Amino acid sequence: MRMLDSIKQFASEFFVTGDPMILGAQVSIGLSMVAMVVVLTMFKKWGWLWREWLTSVDHKRIGIMYIICSIMMLFRGGVDALLMRMQLAMPDNQFLQPEHYNQIFTTHGVIMILFMAMPLMFGLFNIVVPLQIGARDVAYPFLNSLSFWMFFWGAMLFNVSFVIGGSPDAGWLSYPPLSELSHSPGIGQNFYIWGIQISGIGSLATGINFIVTILKMRTPGMTLMKMPMFTWSVFSSCVIIIFAFPILTVTLALLFLDRFVGAHFFTLDGGGNPMMYINLIWMWGHPEVYIVVLPAFGIFSDVVSTFSKKKLFGYKSMVFAMLIISLLSFFTWVHHFFTMGSGADVNIFFAISTMAIAIPTGVKIFNWLFTMYRGRLKFTTPMLWTIAFIPCFVVGGMTGVLLSVAPADFQFHNSYFLIAHFHQVLIGGVAFGYFAGLYYWWPKMFGFSLNEHLGKWAFWLWNIGFYVCFMPQYFLGLDGMTRRTYTYSWDMGWGPLNLVSTIGGFLMGIGFLFQVWQIAHSIKFIKQHRASGDPWDGRTLEWSIPSPAPIYNFAVLPTVKTTDEWWEQKQNKSAATKGDVHYEPIHMPKNSAIPFIKSTLWFFAGFGFVWGWLWLAIPAMIGVAICMIARSFSYDTDYYIPVEEIKQTEAAWKGAKV
Amino acid sequence: MAHAAAHSEHHAHDHEHDHESLKTFGFWIFLITDCILFGSLFATYIVLHHNTNGGPTAEELFKMPGIIAETFILLTSSFTSGLAVLGMHKGNTKQLIGWLIVTILLGASFITLEVTEFYSMVMHEHATISTSAFLSGFFVLVGTHGLHVSVGLVWMIGLIFQLSRRGITAVTKRKVEVISLYWHFLDVVWIFVFTVVYLMGVM
Repeated sequence: MRMLDSIKQFASEFFVTGDPMILGAQVSIGLSMVAMVVVLTMFKKWGWLWREWLTSVDHKRIGIMYIICSIMMLFRGGVDALLMRMQLAMPDNQFLQPEHYNQIFTTHGVIMILFMAMPLMFGLFNIVVPLQIGARDVAYPFLNSLSFWMFFWGAMLFNVSFVIGGSPDAGWLSYPPLSELSHSPGIGQNFYIWGIQISGIGSLATGINFIVTILKMRTPGMTLMKMPMFTWSVFSSCVIIIFAFPILTVTLALLFLDRFVGAHFFTLDGGGNPMMYINLIWMWGHPEVYIVVLPAFGIFSDVVSTFSKKKLFGYKSMVFAMLIISLLSFFTWVHHFFTMGSGADVNIFFAISTMAIAIPTGVKIFNWLFTMYRGRLKFTTPMLWTIAFIPCFVVGGMTGVLLSVAPADFQFHNSYFLIAHFHQVLIGGVAFGYFAGLYYWWPKMFGFSLNEHLGKWAFWLWNIGFYVCFMPQYFLGLDGMTRRTYTYSWDMGWGPLNLVSTIGGFLMGIGFLFQVWQIAHSIKFIKQHRASGDPWDGRTLEWSIPSPAPIYNFAVLPTVKTTDEWWEQKQNKSAATKGDVHYEPIHMPKNSAIPFIKSTLWFFAGFGFVWGWLWLAIPAMIGVAICMIARSFSYDTDYYIPVEEIKQTEAAWKGAKV
Repeated sequence: MAHAAAHSEHHAHDHEHDHESLKTFGFWIFLITDCILFGSLFATYIVLHHNTNGGPTAEELFKMPGIIAETFILLTSSFTSGLAVLGMHKGNTKQLIGWLIVTILLGASFITLEVTEFYSMVMHEHATISTSAFLSGFFVLVGTHGLHVSVGLVWMIGLIFQLSRRGITAVTKRKVEVISLYWHFLDVVWIFVFTVVYLMGVM
């Protein structure tokens, strides 16, 4: 009897209870897990899943897994957003509990930046960069797999908090003292810390991996200034990653030590300094937004030149602008808290450095416009997203310059004006960019294109929805509505604009459904959508090989002479395949189970630390160490693909092409 | 036929060499990230080091003779790890392993002294991580360095097993070079710890 009571007691603390919506989620999570197990067993797919995906070190497979996860996370973050918009649609609304509302705005922010934008970006890095630079894989395929699984299990740890233990609710950057034990005694904050920490280690490793890949693995003849612009953008983004992410690691570790062993880094008592957290987290956080936006700039550059049938205008200035942005991104962090009282001199420095970023960004905008000027434009879906991005990002950037004026910021700070600004640059810049990239490289990933008709529906719904949702928020901000407001009364007069904004939010939600439909439709009618190796008449090396690319990418490494090498080859017809190509055995990495196992152990360690269960955390950490030692002792990590196999694969492709 | 085989072997050898230098290069980049990690901890310590919250101050707490001993031991271990690399370049596996063992012993003595220092602070002076912001910063900064050294020790022991089984190959050679980089890096970090934390603390 007593034992039953204690189990009940434990379960009521372990699971989140008392909210019908969350109960529904718990049930549906349970059911879909059962369904997954049943399907995998019924079709005898466990071995396939393990060999072909979970233990794969192939950059193309890892990229696809990143993208699948990020689309799921986009769904969850989007549901959070719509729940918030429902709550705010009417004055004095009580659709959500206030505590639940706090959790939702926290998880919406974290998920959209760290578990949606970042993995979608890494997915595109993985799929595109080795193909663009003529490499067989990334520099460290094993580490790459580890990065993915660290992200995956970090994201799972963060997401599980909403049904087990309780979500974090101190905002997406968790400022102390609110995030300290004194003000957030629940375990939600621990989920925040460990979820982000574990996936952050993966992100850091990806940064290192792609810097080395880009610097050392380029095909003969491809000098740095002949690299495709997306590869340049990935390089600039990774440079920011390796300088910014260690700061995040330290900041989260210190916050955890405050909560776990009673240290006094950011506490109100004991000499701690909460402002230091805010400085540290933004020293990572501001560069972080440039980490996610620079690759989007790279995508726009590649898309715009492909669909204008022209060389990119101002290649050198584009590279220079991106590197300048990488550098400047480290000197603007204080603009997130001008109101904190650092004094006029400090605020002036950071106001000017912030405004300075508008200059290289402006250069890029003009480069894209001049690329289109007198081009033969083709309005495919990737191009539509690119064209829609330009005005959206210009307006978002302009309101950013308004916010950077320190005295004016005292008025705008933490108002809906700010909310509208950063959604405009993050949706209009990052999300539009990654959608453009996803549509552009989808045929390369899967060998079939996405239905253009449905894609255009999705595009227009997203775009109209975006302006309907966020333009009213600028005015709400100027009318004094602050961010994270749970509700407001009738007499504030914010009702109508909020209702309009909510309608816009739902339009974007419908746009997302159209994208899902588009994918499902294109798979169902896959025969009509089969893509050749070069469906867009592309310019860079990834279009010179089959779609999807063979395991080794390039049977023979191409020699590059110009920036748009594949385009030039097509123009000169010089690459006309001569009969006898000389193949050599190709050196490839073997699959490994260690990344998956080690990251799973990290998940258990994190889960143990979240609950303060050292009996779980310590053995799991020992397991992590054993995995590292096991890897160090394994020497049989590579193999060669024999020439015969290459010949067969290539012949099959060429046969199909004729 | 024989010619072709020799060619492909030669090719494989070249490839292996590239492969190993790629890993060393990546380790340099990793060291940049580790620099930023320690930089953040130093910045935190410097911001907080006056906030003693009525607890012991640096001057009362630090006992320099022990710290100076630790410093000399770690600097010497950096020197011996250099000797190990020299032995490796001469192709002398015994010398390489021997100097690595000396390096491990010195590193282990460093850790022992550090743990003793922490122990006496906690037990005798009641100076714990939760006493004050200064001590939080101190324990985490110095402790992170100590943790790095401890990881290096385990790594070196594992490497000795690999060396005794496989001898000096392209792969083990790269591994020794990487760990000696790591070890020198920790030495440099310690010089900053010694200066910023200890010397400036008692000045």
